Amino acid sequence: MAVEAPARPPKAPVPRRSGLRHRLAERGVDRVLFLLVPAVLVVGLLFVYPMLYGVGLSLQPKDGGGPLGNYTGFFRDSYERSTVWKTLRLAVPAALINVGASVPIAYRLRGRFRGRRLLTAALVLPVTLGTVLVADGLLRYLGPKGWFNRVLLDTGLADEPVRLIYNYWGVLFSLIITGFPFAFLLVLAYMSGIDPTLERAAATLGAGPWQRMRRIVLPLLAPGLATTFVLTFVLAFSVFPSATLVGEPAGETRVMAIAAYQAAFEKYDYSMASTIAVLMGVFELLVISVALLLRGRLYTGPATGGKGS
Amino acid sequence: MTATIAAPAGRRLLRKGRPGAWFVWAAVAFFLLNLAALILSVVVNSFGTRWFDGWLPESFTTAWYAGAWDEFALGEVLSVTLQITLIVVALSLLIGVPAGYALARRDFPGKRVVMFLLLLPVLLPPITYGIPLATVLYKVHLAGTMTGVIAANLVPALPFVILVMTPFVEQIDTNVESAARMCGARTRQVFARVLVPLLLPGILAAGILVLVRTVAMFELTFLVADADSQTLIVALYSAAFTPGIRAAQAIDAMAVIYMALSALLLLVALMFVNPTQIVAQVREAPSE
Repeated sequence: MAVEAPARPPKAPVPRRSGLRHRLAERGVDRVLFLLVPAVLVVGLLFVYPMLYGVGLSLQPKDGGGPLGNYTGFFRDSYERSTVWKTLRLAVPAALINVGASVPIAYRLRGRFRGRRLLTAALVLPVTLGTVLVADGLLRYLGPKGWFNRVLLDTGLADEPVRLIYNYWGVLFSLIITGFPFAFLLVLAYMSGIDPTLERAAATLGAGPWQRMRRIVLPLLAPGLATTFVLTFVLAFSVFPSATLVGEPAGETRVMAIAAYQAAFEKYDYSMASTIAVLMGVFELLVISVALLLRGRLYTGPATGGKGS
Repeated sequence: MTATIAAPAGRRLLRKGRPGAWFVWAAVAFFLLNLAALILSVVVNSFGTRWFDGWLPESFTTAWYAGAWDEFALGEVLSVTLQITLIVVALSLLIGVPAGYALARRDFPGKRVVMFLLLLPVLLPPITYGIPLATVLYKVHLAGTMTGVIAANLVPALPFVILVMTPFVEQIDTNVESAARMCGARTRQVFARVLVPLLLPGILAAGILVLVRTVAMFELTFLVADADSQTLIVALYSAAFTPGIRAAQAIDAMAVIYMALSALLLLVALMFVNPTQIVAQVREAPSE
């Protein structure tokens, strides 16, 4: 794309005085960059500074014990340490399920047919529900007297109400309901970017549906799937409202976010809270970089058929 | 030409993969059915009187709505929600659109660093930067005020606007701007008369998405707000988190009001924005 600074032909005779400005402009530094200043200020003041402040705070433990006292304390305390595993145990399966389920559904939905827009809208709708509302709904729907258990009991599929809330499953369901539409939307967008003629070409060469999926669509889709995984993982990783509302916030679903919140607003230990927040970021970025590293090994290039591409 | 040939071929392909297709449609139907039942159980409960056993409540009433409206001071909460959301949208557009323009049009040293810093708030979980941010805001006595809530919500909103706007700006031919300048337009005029009208679809899309996201943003508002500056979603959480104190039906009535607000926003959003198109453009921004 021709987004390089247009060589500015009208200003051809540059006075010697503004030599520096001219040289800067050649490197893309000119007054247009002033437009960036407010945004950089806001991000710096409200994001970078608090983050650095938080990192600094985490290195000054309330109870002493050296700059890394909070970090060693976190990993030494098995109740705190287990939050890492509990978070990952929720976020990774949720992200995998969301991405995995999106692929076949988006594959079926990418063609043109009657009612496609309506179906897409219905699948995307839960995005606006938000985690709190979904959690509230799950409490009603999956509760021991809710419709779901009622159907199971009346059809004889279960003898007693199945316990699906106030434990791991409730939180996982809420993550799927809120995360799936998002993943689906992204996967659908990536899927639409793949030229259907490629598949048709494969079909003429005798490839069956399964082969076309495995050899043509999936390889082209894989980088997009990695990105989708990262973004849904981010959503699932910060699970907080559903973990407290439909989960078991003292036990099975005591995720890192809850631990950080409790440290800050129940124990008023902002230093420990910052520590957990920083660790949350570290663990999340770790998973993301693994996903992106794998993505780097995949084919990235044009997904369109045609000459020379 | 190709389209007319392709259509029957495509249909035949679909028919061939039948068992798989059936399975997928069944899964979609199962998901949607459960989703509808989930939403419906909240709605039905909010209108029901007593619902101990059986498929439906004993009788129906709208009393919970009036009750919830008074008990949770929903009028005030709604007005605070709208004020906060609109100010966040306005500020993030005002600051974000010019920044997106600068990022799209200039290649300067350190651009990668700026892009990375803008991407981080989108990638990190809100709690991660929300807790340090809340700590800082408490220190400067901004927490618990509308200003504090707006500031906290700007952190994810502003980078989001910039990331959405950058590809939109890139689509506009630089020659249009050059032409305007040749005709004597100053920077301000170029923006007001040329760029903003051309960017209007992108600005609308970004604005609506920020609107929807801010209404749904729970964590940051929750960490920073107090009773006078909380948004609807935080009020809903607080009510749902202390069950037993409030009637479940009243909480559900509030949930339905929240749902109606979100559905309204989604409808407005879908009128202006094609969702897949937005996502496709967001996708291209980070991979620069």
